[in-house]
Amino acid sequence: MAEQAHAPVESLALREQFNTAEQQKESSTFGMWVFLITEVMFFGGMFLAYTVYRNTYPVVFGMASTSLTAWIGALNTAVLLCSSFTMVMAVRAAQLGRRKALIWFLILTLLLGLVFLGVKAYEWNQKFVEHHIPGAHFYFEGAAEQGPAQLFFSLYFAMTGLHALHMVVGAGILSWLLYHAVRGRFTAEYMTPVDIAGLYWHFVDIIWIFLFPLLYLIDRHMR
Amino acid sequence: MNTAAIETQENYLNAGYGLKSWLLTKDHKRIAILYLITITIFFFIGGIFASLIRIELLTPQGNLVSSETYNKLFTMHGIAMIFFFLIPSIPATLGNFFLPMMIGARDLAFPRINLLSWYLLVIGGAFALFAMLAGGVDTGWTFYTPYSTTYSNTWVIATALGIFVSGFSSILTGLNFIVTVHRMRAPGMTWFRMPLFVWANYATAVIQVLGTPVVAVTLVLVFCERAFHIGIFDPALGGDPVLFQHMFWFYSHPAVYIMVLPAMGVISEIISVFSRKPIFGYHFVAFSSMAIAVIGFLVWGHHLFVSTQSVYAGLVFSFLSYFVAIPSAVKVFNWTATLYKGSISFATPMLYAFGFIGLFTIGGLTGLFVASLGFDVHVTDTYFVVAHFHYVMVGGTIMAFLGGLHYWWPKITGRMYPENWAKLSAAIIFVGFNLTFFPQFILGYMGMPRRYHVYPDEFQVLHVLSTAGASVLAIGYLFPMFYFMWSLRYGAVASANPWGATGLEWTVPSPPPVHNFDEIPVVTHEAYDYSTVVREGVEVG
Amino acid sequence: MKIPLFPESASNFAPDVDHLLFYLVAVSVFFTVLIFASIFYFAIRYRRRSDNELPKPIHASLVLEIAWSVIPFGLTMVMFAWGANIFFKESRPPKNAMQIYVVAKQWMWKLQHMEGQREINELHIPVGRPVKLTMTSEDAIHSFFVPAFRTKQDVVPGRYSTTWFTATKPGKYHLFCAEYCGTKHSGMTGWIYAMEPQDYQAWLSGGRSFGSLAENGEKLFQDLACGNCHKADGSGRCPSLVGLYGRSVQLADGRYVNADEAYLRESILQPNAKIVAGYQPLMPTFQGQVTEEGVLELIEYIKSLAPAPAGAGTTPAEINVNPGVATAAPSNR
Repeated sequence: MAEQAHAPVESLALREQFNTAEQQKESSTFGMWVFLITEVMFFGGMFLAYTVYRNTYPVVFGMASTSLTAWIGALNTAVLLCSSFTMVMAVRAAQLGRRKALIWFLILTLLLGLVFLGVKAYEWNQKFVEHHIPGAHFYFEGAAEQGPAQLFFSLYFAMTGLHALHMVVGAGILSWLLYHAVRGRFTAEYMTPVDIAGLYWHFVDIIWIFLFPLLYLIDRHMR
Repeated sequence: MNTAAIETQENYLNAGYGLKSWLLTKDHKRIAILYLITITIFFFIGGIFASLIRIELLTPQGNLVSSETYNKLFTMHGIAMIFFFLIPSIPATLGNFFLPMMIGARDLAFPRINLLSWYLLVIGGAFALFAMLAGGVDTGWTFYTPYSTTYSNTWVIATALGIFVSGFSSILTGLNFIVTVHRMRAPGMTWFRMPLFVWANYATAVIQVLGTPVVAVTLVLVFCERAFHIGIFDPALGGDPVLFQHMFWFYSHPAVYIMVLPAMGVISEIISVFSRKPIFGYHFVAFSSMAIAVIGFLVWGHHLFVSTQSVYAGLVFSFLSYFVAIPSAVKVFNWTATLYKGSISFATPMLYAFGFIGLFTIGGLTGLFVASLGFDVHVTDTYFVVAHFHYVMVGGTIMAFLGGLHYWWPKITGRMYPENWAKLSAAIIFVGFNLTFFPQFILGYMGMPRRYHVYPDEFQVLHVLSTAGASVLAIGYLFPMFYFMWSLRYGAVASANPWGATGLEWTVPSPPPVHNFDEIPVVTHEAYDYSTVVREGVEVG
Repeated sequence: MKIPLFPESASNFAPDVDHLLFYLVAVSVFFTVLIFASIFYFAIRYRRRSDNELPKPIHASLVLEIAWSVIPFGLTMVMFAWGANIFFKESRPPKNAMQIYVVAKQWMWKLQHMEGQREINELHIPVGRPVKLTMTSEDAIHSFFVPAFRTKQDVVPGRYSTTWFTATKPGKYHLFCAEYCGTKHSGMTGWIYAMEPQDYQAWLSGGRSFGSLAENGEKLFQDLACGNCHKADGSGRCPSLVGLYGRSVQLADGRYVNADEAYLRESILQPNAKIVAGYQPLMPTFQGQVTEEGVLELIEYIKSLAPAPAGAGTTPAEINVNPGVATAAPSNR
């Protein structure tokens, strides 16, 4: 109760269910971690399906993976890693109460995220042109039976699609953060939203770190 | 004790009137009421389907409804009851209402997420309801592929979407509970001073958070398969239909512990209060909840014994299934031991608790039957399994839910329910339940398969008994709906602690004020210390 | 009015399963009575007599907790071991079992005897002889359930599953589909006719002659021109199939697989899933050109191409040097 008296309540935005700002911050952070665990389980289901079919059809999956453009995937990986870096810098800026730095780093992170999505859109368009989108027009040369090849691409689109969806949500969160950062809502005492948004962003990055080798880099050495 | 005095006292019910104050509330108690209304509606819907099923099964020929309709009836009965009634039930109503109070908090950690979780249940329910009204779905609540993805001509996607959305309701409730228990306990409320109901909901929350996302992604894959024919579960395209079963049951087995663990938490509270003794073996009961949550994730393959799963996998899953039974047995023994040298009251909640222990014991023991590989080969997919899970879900969870509702009714509403009607209803439910489901064990061993509406003549007598029981059970369930409503207006006004219970929720007025506590309490006693509530107590035992 | 409350016991597994049931029931009754009686007794003996009673708290007893964890665990381990034992036996059909093929489809059972007899929704078998069913589905998942035998096995599209039993008593027994498969799931039922051996022989030789499965398989083999590549002496572009069944095959990626029914089926329908070492992926798929029954006939034909003199089994060995040339196989069994 005493801590509340020190700082104006508006800037602390202390919610009434909490007793102290410390409790609120710890709860929010813990809540985000629990949410990320659920996301691990969510993506995990897809990773499981992928692993099962990769094991069943190693040759076809290898061929399909090789047909993806690895350098573009690598570029996207670099983009996301950089965006995680800029996100860390944003969190740091918020911790130090540096509003301008926070705003710039948030903008950079958002831009990098949008670059990632743009590259993804380009890749998907490539897949469309090559008839690798599952459905009526699917055709994968080099595989006598189309079924397993289509399976690879179904999982590819499902997993990268789910990831892209999370990126879009992340972009939305960053925009929201940006809006409030510009309005001066975050201070060194209260920057929890930036902190937990950072956690979310890093998580989305880590998912990609797993997706990239699993989808793009199977059997590359066999080329 | 006049009505006028109580109504002028500000509490969560009269602090703000109008639809907006309810639909935009952040108060966990109001959200619990919203949930209660929603799940009761779905219980009613699921109950109507059940009644139609039982009436159809009176005769061996399928003459009341067509095959298509019957297949939709049992599917929608399962979906309504499991996803929109049982899974939310105790955590989202009694848990939402009392968990914060029990640990001395003013609300859950994230009240707006709490409200969002209710909206998600309603939206998901709306999708499912739409599917039911638009023509129904006939895949069974288990959605086995490739039937659900390739051959069914019903509203599979809409229903899957509804369950998907409501899954997030469950996840958010679990997330909220976990953070609340970790971070919002009042000073002095250590982990081992928490009521066992909190432990039970905490263990449940862990399951909700870890398991539900897997069924969510499984449903996404079913959706994609059905919409885009991608072949994930279609053998003609290289897919594996049994993979669906693994992914589905990875959630759906722990889901049954989502349904039963909170019920066990309720029973712990009731047994303690109405014996006026702490639960025997508090630590063991608390840890057994956690053990069930963890081991429950390791046994899903016992639903796949005859699915072409490998023999060795079957051995592992059968073995682990016996492991998960032991903590439940431990609880039953501890509850029974609590009665020893207690001061036993036969108020309605206690009658429900006794009913729970009896019926859960039978249901749980029959779980041991089906966990045995060679035995399960014979009875899986028969009425034996149907009887088993109804004993634990209905004889177990629903009885505990009703017991909890009666126990906490005075706190929630400020009114007492009529005790004699309540006792009568409990008895009717107990009799009706056993008459409905015990014959089904026999039917199952004799070979009556699940999901059949046409059956050989020799099964008819047992089916008639079962349907007779179902009508008794239905009456038993209707009574509380009426007298609870009646009590809101005409029930005796309740004091803060009519049962002489321990627990922080009983230290505040009935109904509780909006913020639960004027001052956050500082806890100095262990859980279930009745010396704090019994004035001039006479020691017995 | 006789109300049956227990199923007939008509297979080698039934008595074992029933005895396991009795053990399970005994343990359950014991604990149910124990709990019910304890609750009943405690509730009455310790009923509240005055409002301000305050019982002495009794918190815990480690001894009790251990006892009522360990003892039930021991009892359940018996359940586990007993059931596992039955399950193991059920998963290992005897080598001399009579082979029946089952193809399930919405909403009927198609059964084929090796000698060629086809049955729909009925299966005639002799008493006292192990019968092994190899099953697949054409559409959804079904399940082959005979309550009187206490056996059940899911029938899954895209793969073979097996079950086996020995009928011990002549009679007529229900066959049910036990995995929900759509509209007429309740109607997908039939009968198992277990007959005395001489009656079964009489049944076998009566009725129209179909040609054995292997004979039909040979015809299909020729119709589909399999022999153009799969020459018996191995001189073609593809491996010889003589003596293939049951052998260990090395694949191009170095793995070894057993050439069982599943492998043969996959080789016909998804030939590029596994390439034999030293050969090219040339074989086209026959998915869509061959029904599940056709696949089973081809498999039986391939099984009959054993290189050595007649081994144990229900089909006589045939040395078929020129698969492209029609040979009349003896049809007496």
